[in-house]
Amino acid sequence: MNKPAVLTGNFVDEFERVVKTLPGGNELADRRRNAIERFRAQGLPTLRQEAWKYTNVTPLARRAYRAATRKDAGTAAAGLIAKLPDYAAEIRLVFENGQLRADLNDGRASPAGVSLRSLADVLREAPADAARRAPGEATPFQALNDAFCTDGVLITLAPGAHVEPPIHLVFLATGGADALAVHPRVLIRAGAGSRARIVETYRGGTEAGLTNAVTEISAAEGAHIEHYLVQDESAGAFHIGHLHIEQARASEVISHAIAMGGLLARRDIEVRLTAEQAGATLYGLYLTGGRQHVDHHTRVDHLAPHTRSEEFYRGILNGSSRAVFNGRVIVHPGAFKTDARQSNHNLLLSKDAEVDTKPELEIYADDVKCSHGATVGRLDADALFYLRSRGLDEVAARGLLTYAFAADVISRIGIESLRRELARRVAGQLPGGELVKDML
Amino acid sequence: MLKIDNLHVSVDGKAILRGLSLTVKPGEVHAIMGPNGSGKSTLAHVLAGREGYEVTAGGVTYRGKDMLALSPEARAREGVFLAFQYPVEIPGVNNVYLMKASLNAIRKHRGEPELDAVEFLKLVKERVKLVQMDDSFLGRAVNEGFSGGEKKRNEIFQMAVLEPKLAILDETDSGLDIDALKVVASGVNQLRSPDRSIVLITHYQRLLDYIVPDVVHVLSNGRIVRSGDRELAKTLEQRGYDWLKEDAA
Repeated sequence: MNKPAVLTGNFVDEFERVVKTLPGGNELADRRRNAIERFRAQGLPTLRQEAWKYTNVTPLARRAYRAATRKDAGTAAAGLIAKLPDYAAEIRLVFENGQLRADLNDGRASPAGVSLRSLADVLREAPADAARRAPGEATPFQALNDAFCTDGVLITLAPGAHVEPPIHLVFLATGGADALAVHPRVLIRAGAGSRARIVETYRGGTEAGLTNAVTEISAAEGAHIEHYLVQDESAGAFHIGHLHIEQARASEVISHAIAMGGLLARRDIEVRLTAEQAGATLYGLYLTGGRQHVDHHTRVDHLAPHTRSEEFYRGILNGSSRAVFNGRVIVHPGAFKTDARQSNHNLLLSKDAEVDTKPELEIYADDVKCSHGATVGRLDADALFYLRSRGLDEVAARGLLTYAFAADVISRIGIESLRRELARRVAGQLPGGELVKDML
Repeated sequence: MLKIDNLHVSVDGKAILRGLSLTVKPGEVHAIMGPNGSGKSTLAHVLAGREGYEVTAGGVTYRGKDMLALSPEARAREGVFLAFQYPVEIPGVNNVYLMKASLNAIRKHRGEPELDAVEFLKLVKERVKLVQMDDSFLGRAVNEGFSGGEKKRNEIFQMAVLEPKLAILDETDSGLDIDALKVVASGVNQLRSPDRSIVLITHYQRLLDYIVPDVVHVLSNGRIVRSGDRELAKTLEQRGYDWLKEDAA
């Protein structure tokens, strides 16, 4: 039987076109070349692969993307910046088409114990520090990020550092109608006992753009990290993202993944709990409408005894949109006293929306507590009647209940300014939500 | 205020109410008692406009309007209030926000200006005292994690905020201990007024020791089989419902 031809789009040609302009010396250029070769060999994922059976990325191969370079960070972002909510107390870094816009940063000095370095600088000066550390062979999209990455940020928290203001990374796409591909990378190295809250916001003005982001968090012993992903790209955009979390003893990571935008969005979140008492909490909320397709794949590896994980994902689907949630939990041999919980609840607002939710528990240790629950439902008729009996019309009652479903996730956002902003954004996006906005 | 005339209601083709007639005048408190399955909750739901009930004959007039033609929200805006037997938990919806949306919808319907935040807060803080709850009650999600007693108090609190013309209290006494029952009854008594009618639906006479009705009706098999004053309720307590069933049969 013939092996089906792999689809690589124009990424390989595009690599040849821009390789000389990418930051880093010869050593890095070789690594980039290896990465593009790895991508060429694998090609884009197809529906035949288990992890991609519900998400078709072959349209990526039909769009001719232009790789974003330094030149694509102009002045266009200023207008978009002005529209960003004003989080007065945060440290903000703005990236336009993947490139750090130093001129747009707020000028605040970094607090003691935290170092924020442009990844472009790191790639040039100490490329080994800019490398991904997640174990295993690169996926096709990680390989593309390895090949094309031009910028991002390396955040280093010194042992014991407590960073009070949230660190907000804003990724703006401003390519207009251009099919611009950006491959940003965020590396967070949290020293022992450090604490920080980090927000990544992806916002789009590029209808046909592709964002292929990689984030890695390593939490040393006792570190406590809250991490927020807000994917609010424009309606025609493609968004692919990998978040890899590596946790040492007694570290705590809380991840929030909020997905609202994009035509096609795929988010992979992997957590490795490598030592005792490490705990991870993964919250997620996806709102889809029209013809959007949003896929979340999570994987938690319990590699040591007495480790905890909890996943709490919710989705609200409208139009003829489609969502995928795949939550894999692996309790490795010896990881006794693992406590792993997972839930995924979905609210369907239209008859054409569709969700595929799939828990996957693999348990190779004794004496563990694992649970999972998934539901797909519609608005509760009793609750609707209750609200209408209080004088709310049907549209308002539906809006309120729909918002309440989302609020169960939003209310867990630990940064107040972000929680308020997202509450408004989410309400604004949901049917009937306009009526709810006044109540927030 | 309310005139129910020969009302027949079916659920899934099964007749539940079978010729119920009842007239409630402004300011009156009527108690409707009856055994389980007599149609009490069906009556409450039909009056509030719940879907899934088929009216096969008869009708209901509320303040001169055909009540059954109105949506649930239109009834609420016209001054009808149902205190639920099982108040619904609505996580994520703040109690006081719901009341604000609710009250403003009713005021808008009446052509009155919406209350501003300050006026509204003053009102709810005053009304919440009626059910002896503290202010923290206001900021919680609607009924979420409330005890049975708190849920029933919340219904009466909502009634106090919305000031209905016709309040239907569906088994508001069920699941309450005696202290909570006294609080709820006291709240209802303070809301009695010459232009407000109250229909109490209950299985037990006990509630009527605290909220004294003007008229007591006994519902059996989908019809009112006897009406009287509060002495009728006491007789029911002594003799149970069986003697009436035999009577009706």
